[in-house]
Amino acid sequence: MKIAVCLKQVPSRDSVLRLNRAGTWIEEVDISYEINEPDTYALEEALMLKEKHGGEVVVCSLGPARTQQAIKEALAKGADRALHFDDPAFQGLDAWATARVLAQGLAKEEPDLVVTGLQSDDFGFAQTGVILAELLGLPHSTIIMEVQVTGRALKVKRELESGWFQWIEIPLPAVLTIQSGINKPRYATLKGIMAAKNKPIQRLGAADLGLDAAALVPRQKITRVYVPAKRAQTEFFAGTPKEIATKLVDKLKNEARVL
Amino acid sequence: MSVLVFAEHQDGKLTRAAWEAVAAGQQLAREEDDAVWAVILGRDISALANQLAQAELGGVLLAESPTLAEYTPDGYAAALQQVIEERQPRWVVFSHTYQVRDFAPKLAAALNRGLISDCLGYRKEGSSLIFIRQVFQGKFTADVEFTGDPPYLVSFQAAAFRQDAVAPGQASVTAVSTNVTPETIRTKPGPRFREARQAVDLSQAEIIVAVGRGIKAPENLELVKRLAEALGAEIGASRPICDSGWLPMDRQIGSSGQTVAPKLYVALGISGAIQHQVGMKGSRTVLAINKDREAPIFEIATYGVVGDLFEVVPALVEEIKKAKSG
Repeated sequence: MKIAVCLKQVPSRDSVLRLNRAGTWIEEVDISYEINEPDTYALEEALMLKEKHGGEVVVCSLGPARTQQAIKEALAKGADRALHFDDPAFQGLDAWATARVLAQGLAKEEPDLVVTGLQSDDFGFAQTGVILAELLGLPHSTIIMEVQVTGRALKVKRELESGWFQWIEIPLPAVLTIQSGINKPRYATLKGIMAAKNKPIQRLGAADLGLDAAALVPRQKITRVYVPAKRAQTEFFAGTPKEIATKLVDKLKNEARVL
Repeated sequence: MSVLVFAEHQDGKLTRAAWEAVAAGQQLAREEDDAVWAVILGRDISALANQLAQAELGGVLLAESPTLAEYTPDGYAAALQQVIEERQPRWVVFSHTYQVRDFAPKLAAALNRGLISDCLGYRKEGSSLIFIRQVFQGKFTADVEFTGDPPYLVSFQAAAFRQDAVAPGQASVTAVSTNVTPETIRTKPGPRFREARQAVDLSQAEIIVAVGRGIKAPENLELVKRLAEALGAEIGASRPICDSGWLPMDRQIGSSGQTVAPKLYVALGISGAIQHQVGMKGSRTVLAINKDREAPIFEIATYGVVGDLFEVVPALVEEIKKAKSG
């Protein structure tokens, strides 16, 4: 089984983020990056499927030169090779245009399965994987918590709201978005890190994919980023317990109207 | 048609998300001074369409087909694409539910249009609408605008609009025919199920009394139960309480538990870490009782009491009983 894993490099969870001077995005200097957390689960699921059923794991990532670090980490964990979509024209793409690039690059690969995290820790659009499926003409399922291979099809456990689940049968080739917690992502071993040095990373720009700027015009743009406004001030109540209780009941009855 | 609202349903009922989407659509339509319609997909769901028609709407579009009997992303995207191409709304409004996340990006791509997902709200600047959504997991907020041509697809986070804000009315139901062949649908969904430990659905509760580490010992939960009884509330908990086995896991509220949006959320001895807040920040009114004035729960509380819950809660139970009997 040939499995493509789409992963994104995002600012690491513990980095202190500051806004840029124009207030249009974050300041990207002096922060560390890591693989988007849900994507690490997608990678692990791909590696486990390969170990069980054989095949190949191809890492795909779109981003500037720094993205090589995330790609190398994935190769060190056991992926076989990588496609790195890197071009000035790929900067600041929305979910649709990102999926367009990924689809263009993956179409030639003809993977049996494409997996990616259910959303990114930065934008959090939760769209790229599903759009990719549509552009590739493949069936998909999202928020997956278990994957079973049944011949040329999969049985996947999809998470629904409030603790509900559902098994879905889906033919291959297919696209899945993976939920955090589906498995326990491995760490790269020293041996893996050494082996990764010899694994191929194919760098592909817009021209290599036959895409021009007109093909990547976003459907939406972020115009401003800012610190969230705090909700209205909390109204505090003090006094004896009985006084507090009387005031609270008045509020619950006449203001919140829940009594 | 200016606005088309997608109405979700489950187990023969319109969901809270459906009504929140209607509320959002009605508000957007007022901005545009135009009509809002709702669309519902399924099989044998005319009763649900009639319920939707109790809202102030230009009309309800009812798309029934055997191929829409069960939700599938292929079926729903295909049917909605046909409805949207025929009716040509300017805006298509969704609630950002797991189901919508599953098909709306596909629908947008099939229409060759954009979807701004998981919005907290919007504001009007001149003639353009700017959508507001969280980025970096809530550390920052972003203004997002559509580029290109309509229809524009937008989904709103749970509780961004309130179901009780839906303006009532009397609309007509129009059956629309869609052509969704069985071959269109490539996935086969099984029945919905819960793991054994998940038995309680707190998402529909109107009042929740939730308890955290501040309760100190399992025997003190009796106090929490008394308050819940007085309020007619369900009991919820933060993760440590369930990890300790003081309450079952299906009472857990937060990122790894349930997401709730009750009318009243009472947080007893809960500090309110972000993992807990994401599960309850949609609550309309939050009453927090905590000893620590710096607890983050007070950042999102409507009413706050800095004090000993073992003193305040018994008094509160008495006053609530009095108010209810009076």
